[in-house]
Amino acid sequence: MGQTLAQKIWDTHVVRSVDEHTDLLYVDMQLLHEVNTPQAFSDLRAAGRTVRRPELNLGTEDHNTPTVALDKTIQDPAGRRQTTLMRSNCEQFGIPLHRLGDSSQGIVHVIGPELGLSRPGMTVVCCDSHTTTMGAFGALAFGIGTAQVEHVLATQTLLGRRPGDMLVTVTGRLNPGVTAKDLVLALIAQIGTGGGQGHIIEYQGEALRHLSMESRMTLCNMSVEAGSKAGLIAPDDVTFDYLAACPGMLRGAEWDHEVAYWRTLRSDDDAVFDRHVTIDASSVAPQVSWGTNPAQCVPLDGSVPGPADFPDEADRLAAERALAYMGLTPGTAMRDISIDTAFIGSCTNGRIEDLRSAADVLRGRQVHPGVHLLIVPGSARVRAQAEAEGLDEVFHRAGADFRPAAGCSMCAALNEDRLRPGQRAASTSNRNFEGRQGKGSRTHLVSPAVAAATAVAGHLAQPADL
Amino acid sequence: MDPFVTHTGTGMPLRRSNIDTDQIIPARYVPYFSWHGHTNALFADWRDDPSFVLNLPQYQGATVLVSGNDFGTGSSRESAVWALQRAGFAAVIAPRFGDIFSGNALMRGLVTATVPEDVVVRLWEQLEQDPSTPVTVDVQGQEVRCAGITQPFALDPGARRHLLSGQDAVAETLKHADEIEAYERLRRPLLPMTHFTRAE
Ligand code: SF4
Repeated sequence: MGQTLAQKIWDTHVVRSVDEHTDLLYVDMQLLHEVNTPQAFSDLRAAGRTVRRPELNLGTEDHNTPTVALDKTIQDPAGRRQTTLMRSNCEQFGIPLHRLGDSSQGIVHVIGPELGLSRPGMTVVCCDSHTTTMGAFGALAFGIGTAQVEHVLATQTLLGRRPGDMLVTVTGRLNPGVTAKDLVLALIAQIGTGGGQGHIIEYQGEALRHLSMESRMTLCNMSVEAGSKAGLIAPDDVTFDYLAACPGMLRGAEWDHEVAYWRTLRSDDDAVFDRHVTIDASSVAPQVSWGTNPAQCVPLDGSVPGPADFPDEADRLAAERALAYMGLTPGTAMRDISIDTAFIGSCTNGRIEDLRSAADVLRGRQVHPGVHLLIVPGSARVRAQAEAEGLDEVFHRAGADFRPAAGCSMCAALNEDRLRPGQRAASTSNRNFEGRQGKGSRTHLVSPAVAAATAVAGHLAQPADL
Repeated sequence: MDPFVTHTGTGMPLRRSNIDTDQIIPARYVPYFSWHGHTNALFADWRDDPSFVLNLPQYQGATVLVSGNDFGTGSSRESAVWALQRAGFAAVIAPRFGDIFSGNALMRGLVTATVPEDVVVRLWEQLEQDPSTPVTVDVQGQEVRCAGITQPFALDPGARRHLLSGQDAVAETLKHADEIEAYERLRRPLLPMTHFTRAE
């Protein structure tokens, strides 16, 4: 019987089997950010332990950092303290750290790929659920908790049980104007927030081969919103081209040697998956969420559903709560929903392709007077690239607020960029949870093109509506 | 961590589903949470509502939370576990948990017991009828017991061993440092290292 890609990667990383279910797994790379790690370092220190392989760990500052300027200090004392601790912890244990202001600083899941650190066949972990982003490279990448961070720091390994294998076949091709964000939202709406639970989702199918690495990252990023452990896409020439352009990448014979290995990394034709779902890419339309979890979403052409539309009692109750929280009336056309903020950024949609897509909409247009359009690059490199292409000019001319510093910003609202109670945003981030973008905030998840078009129109809209 | 063999306490019925960790502890409290005992940050945004179950006098002192489906989805923040523990909870019972949350909880000695949805409903009814009913979460016997209900639950054998022994996972793994070294000698040699990426 053949093996899945996930199985292959898992098996090559088993240091030892602890019992028939649990393996000790080697971690090729651990990424760290300032929020969920200080406790891990202090536990490590308290136990008199050290970091086993500092050169297989990398830190960045992204969650708390301000985006208004590169030299601004963090106002919030707790956020400042976390960053200070991040710096002293990395310093003490010899872990490289990209601080705010560094040319490689940015959101952890954006800089890992950008720096060529997530490569096919690797195991990558980070104290953050959206680590799944890096599955786009054919790496087994997933989020872990703080206790596990300490375990990885001290041993460069993790204890775990191999998740199940789920196959998502994406047939057909995405239509023009439809993005990977729409595809993944449609998938989550189809399978639910628990649809991938306990499983690694491998994406296969014709549609994927035509997706850029940025789009693949968006898809794998949000795989965790379907409850899955990881998202995974077998590497191909698109992957290798992306990696070849990364700074400090292998060259010559070494590069050829790795590529030859990477080409072997795919699920066998007779591999058995525990679950299989098919989604037709050509039937996906631009999506927008109406509720308070990412599965609560509909096509932009649709309208707000009512509780009665849900046969399941729990879904009905959840819909009732979500509608009350979101301040929406069933039957309202999605396009009739006005917003006051649009946010383009985050580890889901803060990469250069996303900024280009927003700029294409904003070129020669003006942001609606009642709307604040906040655009935050996912990394310092993304920002530099956007400037090199003149996108910053497009944003400024359109009246958008394009920020000089990269970070998570309004995705988690841990810095000053947050909504006030009752404010409504079209957001390219990944979570529309209650209060996610600030206490009382109302979030509609959308693609960058829809966010930009919405900012121009003042209500939910797609570029074709303008 | 102290060993967790079995626990009996009173229960709190949380009649909600899809409880992501942003609800368990809103992000803005997370930076504070590593160092201060902000017990009142648990479900902070829901506590404005006086009828929210955590505010009800009859459930004060409860140690077993009984929740609807999909508890602990979303962000990997381990502070969600700390917030529950500092508020006095020893176990959470639900039909399904977020993976990372459940992993974090079991590592820190907060038991996540997965039971079918209809059992959760029966537990809610019992706890609403009589908030003083004892609820037992038995890790040794892998059972939830409450009034007439006896419900087995599955636990990952590794997690169960960890709970029962209270042993430090890192210390356990470090006993096998020679095997880690042996693995490292055989690792693919061209894998990336981060100190080469520090271009600044
Ligand atoms: S951008 Fe949002 S989801 Fe991504 S790492 Fe930052 S806070 Fe988490």
